[in-house]
Amino acid sequence: MSTVAQTFKETARRLTRDLRHRELIQNALGKYYVGRDEKKARFQNWQEARQAAAEIKWDAVNHLDKYLEEFVSKLEARGTKVFWASTGQQACDYIVEVAKKRNVRSIVKSKAMTGEEIHLAQALEKSGVEVVETDLGEYIVQLREEPPYHIVFPAMHLTRHEISDLFTKKLGTAPTDNPEELTMIARRTLRKKYCAADMGISGANFAVAETGMISLTTNEGNGRLSTSLPKVHVAVIGIEKVLPTLDDLALFLPMLATAGAAQAVSCYNTFIGGPRQDGESDGPEEFHVVLLDNGRTRLLADAEQRDTLHCIRCGACLNVCPIYKNIGGHTYGTTYMGPIGSVLTPHLRGLKEWKHLSFASSLCGACTEACPVKIDLHHHLLQNRRNAIRCASPWWEKLIFKGFVTLMNHPAFYRLGVKLGWFGQKFHWLVKGTRLDPMYAWTQSREAPPLALHTFKDYWRRKKS
Amino acid sequence: MKISLFIPCFIDACYPQVGISMAQVLERLGHQVEYPEDFTCCGQPAFNSGYWDEARAVAEKVLAMYRSAEIIVGVSGSCGAMMTTFYKELFHGTPLEAEANAHAAKCWEFSDFLVTKLGVTDVGAKFPAKVTFHDGCHGLRELGLKKQPRALLAKVKGLELIEMGAAESCCGFGGTFAVKFPMISTAMGEVKCDSALKTNADYIVSCDASCLMHIQGLADRQKKPLRTMHLAEVLAKQ
Repeated sequence: MSTVAQTFKETARRLTRDLRHRELIQNALGKYYVGRDEKKARFQNWQEARQAAAEIKWDAVNHLDKYLEEFVSKLEARGTKVFWASTGQQACDYIVEVAKKRNVRSIVKSKAMTGEEIHLAQALEKSGVEVVETDLGEYIVQLREEPPYHIVFPAMHLTRHEISDLFTKKLGTAPTDNPEELTMIARRTLRKKYCAADMGISGANFAVAETGMISLTTNEGNGRLSTSLPKVHVAVIGIEKVLPTLDDLALFLPMLATAGAAQAVSCYNTFIGGPRQDGESDGPEEFHVVLLDNGRTRLLADAEQRDTLHCIRCGACLNVCPIYKNIGGHTYGTTYMGPIGSVLTPHLRGLKEWKHLSFASSLCGACTEACPVKIDLHHHLLQNRRNAIRCASPWWEKLIFKGFVTLMNHPAFYRLGVKLGWFGQKFHWLVKGTRLDPMYAWTQSREAPPLALHTFKDYWRRKKS
Repeated sequence: MKISLFIPCFIDACYPQVGISMAQVLERLGHQVEYPEDFTCCGQPAFNSGYWDEARAVAEKVLAMYRSAEIIVGVSGSCGAMMTTFYKELFHGTPLEAEANAHAAKCWEFSDFLVTKLGVTDVGAKFPAKVTFHDGCHGLRELGLKKQPRALLAKVKGLELIEMGAAESCCGFGGTFAVKFPMISTAMGEVKCDSALKTNADYIVSCDASCLMHIQGLADRQKKPLRTMHLAEVLAKQ
């Protein structure tokens, strides 16, 4: 077992027993479910909206070459500098270089999962630049020096008391349990950072090919401040974020808000089409768009799982996932957690080391049902399992399944096996729940089902005679 | 109608009463029931574990066994999904693809067969008890079982259905998942049990005996006052 798999299991063991954690996550998501269903009902037909969204994304992803070129040529025509990054390292190097050239000392960063993916903040800090997260949740986890807990709600695992303690310790503010006061503390600190920053970094929720614009969604307005106040703006965008037309946003913006945050539409939706143009009074002097591949074209080549590139990073699959709700976001040890993370990470970071995530699922399908762009998430987990076994499977497991085929394909063996099992279970109590128990993985927390003396096959034989 | 029964391995070995109940209900409705005695398993444990070649070796035998069947009715949402949805995927691009598709078209899950195919909701059952219903994930999301079992329960005399909050949440079984990640599986089962307990129901009923096996195993270990019963058993009560 890989080290990351071992760590995953150990952390999962600890957190699944933590009833306080379970309650915290359940409470946080309980409110989300109510709001999401309310907002879904505002769509004329949510299922048709999902279908339409899936078709638009299918078109975009299957014609990425065309739409990306259109997006880039429109952006460049207005003076945006576009950099195509094959790897995260290339993207980081480019942005560090831009920062050096412009003597950047401090950066304000709007929430961007691509930034997390390529460890951008760490790369910039290593080069001596200060990076401040401006999304409230991201700011909190940055102060705690930990990665986000959730794609959309980075600090959902923390109570207001914990946040108050954190602010007291790190910012020297007076303790308060009032969420508004806590927000104001962060706002006062961040305002100063915005004014002093030389560079703003953002991601993009969508990249519109038709108009050459990025679409940025926030609920705090931090995206606008981060991208318009500093003299340089860099947007790090996964290549799959492209949408063909501006009209598509009429569907995708409310859909993202509904699925992601149980809102009809997010508070701030900003379209950015280039740096400050002649005659304009505000906006950054330079606008850089870094288009990030980092494994995405590998996924594009995989016809079976290509629809994973439809993902709009709304986090809806996390919110309904019983695994995520019990083990939390940090246990995964990945940038993208929950079902989408379990599907995506083996493609981005390698199947061999990350295959355990595809096995750590009951395949319940709640994720697929919730996904607004209809990614076949839980079936992809099955395919990842198949691919993992094709690459390498433990000899003992292979032996078990060879035995399984022999047993099931020879009804006489099967019948004998059931009878022997019935006899054997009489002695199970001797080892039950101990390490000597061959069923320990089950019996450590559950009673084993008793094998019947008279099976259905016995019943049928008696019935026939 | 001549019906071929599909009795999953663990129902044969651990819960024969579930299969017997289904056979009795179908016969009571006037149908002729047969059972391929050499049937063992649909191959799902291997398929879900990534061993698709091994699953195919078992599934090929299943296809052959039911080749002449007119209609196949199974008593598990999960194994039913294997025979319909996943056989198609398993045999995709192989010489048996057409047969797997034809096989899938003949397969019905028990409650779906009664309500959708036969148009029957009242099977003459009587069971004076308070029950809550657990939607097994495969039945719910692969086969679309939601209204069918509830329509059947609504016609059981004396039965009161009390819905639990987490009816559609996974019970945590998930086949080999339950033994590969027992800590997560157990936590999910606890959430399910807590939700069911809040209804004060006498029984948790489901279309899937595998979920019930997990729920019952956990409830017994934690001494929670929960009893489980398969829908077929409820429908066989008179």
